[in-house]
Amino acid sequence: MDFQIALLLGQDGLTNGAIYALLALALVLVFAVTRVIFIPQGEFVAYGALTLATLQAGQLPATLWLILALGAAVAALDGAQALRHGAARKLPRILALNLAVPLALWFLLASTDLAGLPLVAQVLLALAVVVPLGPMIYRLAYQPIAEAPVLILLIVSVAVHVVLIGLGLLFFGAEGTRTPAFSEGTLELGATTLQYQTLWILAISAILIVALYAFFGRSIYGKALRATALNRTGARLMGISTTMAGKLSFTLAALIGAFSGILISPITTLYYDSGFLIGLKGFVGAIIGGLASYPVAAAGALLVGFLESYSSFYASAFKEVIVFTLIIPVLLWRSLTTHHSEEDE
Amino acid sequence: MMRRAVLFAFIVLVALLPVVLPDSAEFYVTLANYIGLYALVALGLVLLTGVGGLTSFGQAAFVGVGAYATAWLTTAFGWSPWATLAVALAATTVVALFLGFITLRMGGHYLPLGTIAWGISLYFLFGNIEAFGGHTGLGGIPPVSLFGMELKNGREFYYLIWIALLLGVIATQNLLDSRDGRAIRALKGGVVMAEAMGVNTAWYKIVIFTIAAQFACVSGWLYAHLQRFVNPTPFSLTQGIEYLFMAVIGGVGHVWGALLGAGLVTILKQWLQDLLPKLLGQSGNFEVIVFGLVMIFVLHRARDGLWPVLLTRVERLWPALAAGAGGRVADAERLPRREMPQAGETILEVQRVSKRFGGLTANNAVSFTVRAGEVMALIGPNGAGKSTMFNCVSGVNPPTEGEVRFLGQRVDRLAAREIARRGMSRTFQHVRLLPAMSVLDNVAIGAHLRGSRTFIHSSVRLDRDEERRLRFEAARQVERVGLGEHLFDAAGSLPLGKQRIVEIARALAADPCLLLLDEPAAGLRYLEKQALAELLRKLRAEGMGILLVEHDMDFVMGLADRIVVMEFGEKLAEGLPKQIQEDPKVLQAYLGGIE
Repeated sequence: MDFQIALLLGQDGLTNGAIYALLALALVLVFAVTRVIFIPQGEFVAYGALTLATLQAGQLPATLWLILALGAAVAALDGAQALRHGAARKLPRILALNLAVPLALWFLLASTDLAGLPLVAQVLLALAVVVPLGPMIYRLAYQPIAEAPVLILLIVSVAVHVVLIGLGLLFFGAEGTRTPAFSEGTLELGATTLQYQTLWILAISAILIVALYAFFGRSIYGKALRATALNRTGARLMGISTTMAGKLSFTLAALIGAFSGILISPITTLYYDSGFLIGLKGFVGAIIGGLASYPVAAAGALLVGFLESYSSFYASAFKEVIVFTLIIPVLLWRSLTTHHSEEDE
Repeated sequence: MMRRAVLFAFIVLVALLPVVLPDSAEFYVTLANYIGLYALVALGLVLLTGVGGLTSFGQAAFVGVGAYATAWLTTAFGWSPWATLAVALAATTVVALFLGFITLRMGGHYLPLGTIAWGISLYFLFGNIEAFGGHTGLGGIPPVSLFGMELKNGREFYYLIWIALLLGVIATQNLLDSRDGRAIRALKGGVVMAEAMGVNTAWYKIVIFTIAAQFACVSGWLYAHLQRFVNPTPFSLTQGIEYLFMAVIGGVGHVWGALLGAGLVTILKQWLQDLLPKLLGQSGNFEVIVFGLVMIFVLHRARDGLWPVLLTRVERLWPALAAGAGGRVADAERLPRREMPQAGETILEVQRVSKRFGGLTANNAVSFTVRAGEVMALIGPNGAGKSTMFNCVSGVNPPTEGEVRFLGQRVDRLAAREIARRGMSRTFQHVRLLPAMSVLDNVAIGAHLRGSRTFIHSSVRLDRDEERRLRFEAARQVERVGLGEHLFDAAGSLPLGKQRIVEIARALAADPCLLLLDEPAAGLRYLEKQALAELLRKLRAEGMGILLVEHDMDFVMGLADRIVVMEFGEKLAEGLPKQIQEDPKVLQAYLGGIE
């Protein structure tokens, strides 16, 4: 390996690592707030990228039908619940959020020349279609069993993951797609050339991480999420709705997932099932951080990115084996250093 | 009896299936073979997930270890399939022990995450090793010979699969109905209780993970010799997830749930794979959408799976099938008893014990002793640090500073189960019973350390003599605390006060010389309290030392020989009940100061 290749691989590793870091943060967030190990995180990556690609082809994405269907299901469940509790005044809000908004989105998409829109508008529309899936999935799959053991929530996550994978194949077919870069061209930087898209990814990841930091540190909703993560019962006693916290964390996770997919789809071809492995690599990072520490999770995710990129040079066929085997020494290290006290659960 | 008849009918049905099916129905034999192979893997998950409360998504990888080990060794080196079975099992055991060791010491979700990663790596490894034929796989695997007969076709192989499965079912059922089985079931009730009863929880977690992996490995070995060809696809993570689905849908807490789940999922998959692509107009594995939705529905509405639902329906229609609750515990030879210390001998010495949680000091330099044949009461207002002291003494949560000596030896750095082994047993302020298990079985957990037969004995029923003695001992303790009529009731069905008494029986089943009781009289009615006091007096007369935390002052004053009063984590006073009742500091602490 000469210096040139090392730089190139480093650039690859950094780009992928930045994406894994974003996903790792979302995973830690969701786990801390809801105790859900969010295996379907990766599907949002694929859904985001493929929805954007469909919009750019000037077609209505099938994910639109999914939010219409899930929205109807949520409206039916929440509506019935509100009526049972004699809170009919909540109905307009429930119907507006879960039925009217997706329907409005449908009319908007159906009446617009999607392919002709500027990229920014296409990206925003793709996010508008995919992100609501997050809170809707929380409402339907997790909220009814929010107090269940972590293990049950994990099995539900795996079930949601396979449903989304199956739907992904149905919606987008087996073919992969790439979307155009945010801006074409490369930047000469000393001995190396950087693609503009790489710079976009790094910049947006950094901005998102800082934004999340500010959100958790400064905003009242961020503080509510942190409170829920520390102590669910205590947070509820302080008037924080754990349901709201759950939906909010899933919204953030969906946003981060879908946007990550949109960021990397110009540099890698994404298939309906590509998200899973990408999400799991974020997981390896999150586990390095013990599913608790945001900075360590982000650093771990960068490590995964570099390991993947350099191992693809030395032993390309064994790339995945090496990345996923990394988890073994990490777990070993954690199990030897974590003092596991027999506290009351 | 009826249950046995049904089981027998099922075995006959299984045995006759290949005989009665015509040649044109070969497809159904194949289907039955696959159901058997899958059910064997799901059976391991019942033990791991349903009984032990752990889970794995990587079972398909263990199936792969079994299949590839035999495929490679028989084709490349000409080994006998039976020799490769031993190698495959050994390899599986090593991997399972290693994975278990690194993940099981941490929170419950690290094992499943670890198995996901391991499942993915192994799948890519199978597909990239040239000796294993890469993604094309390995062919030409020889058939298995049994008593000189080569099992070449599906109908012959059917018997090997189903015999393996039924042996697995029987071994699992035997294991669950034993000393080790109770210890494994206790894992779900929380590590703290199990450890306090002397159960080495980390060891049992590793054991069930290894057994589950071995079932999967055998399934893979059978698969390789049935197909005579292997490639990486059936050992992917997707298949690992499907195994878990089978177990959960069928009923993950029940041995027969594994068979039901494997059958349902396999048949449903076959049907959906035909139906869905036609319905949707494109080809692909769309059945996963249905499976995922069914899974979510099952976990929301019937978390124990379909087997218990089915069982209650059938029992309602056919009441004779319901196993009569109750029965009898056979008399057996008494278990040997511990040598008790002399009455009056100091058995517990707590010296300047402090416990801090971060900045909070829950106990500050508290000292006291307990002698054999006395009741020592620890009293004080709520939050005084009494339960914390109990946890320090019993090893649940070791002290930050100070020494605890039990029978003359330091125990403050020992694990709870080691302290239990030395003759200290306890109850919990918040009852820790396994609600679905009978009172008898709950109490028998207490006698865990008095038996020595392991899962290897119990799976082939070599533990029956010891098991009778353990059950007899447990029943005797239940009688002794006055709950004889509840012996076979589910512990969770008793009122809370009686559940506390069950905890005392469980502690007594350990044959302790020091008994720690955390608020045993809470929730008892007057007459029950009197009976409890009577029991404790009897135990004291037998030479047992009793350390008691209790809020009911009549109960304490009438029973205790000596009393220690705690407030704000410190010892406020110590003395005879009479002295304590007149102590001005104690009066102030309890009733407020008089200005």
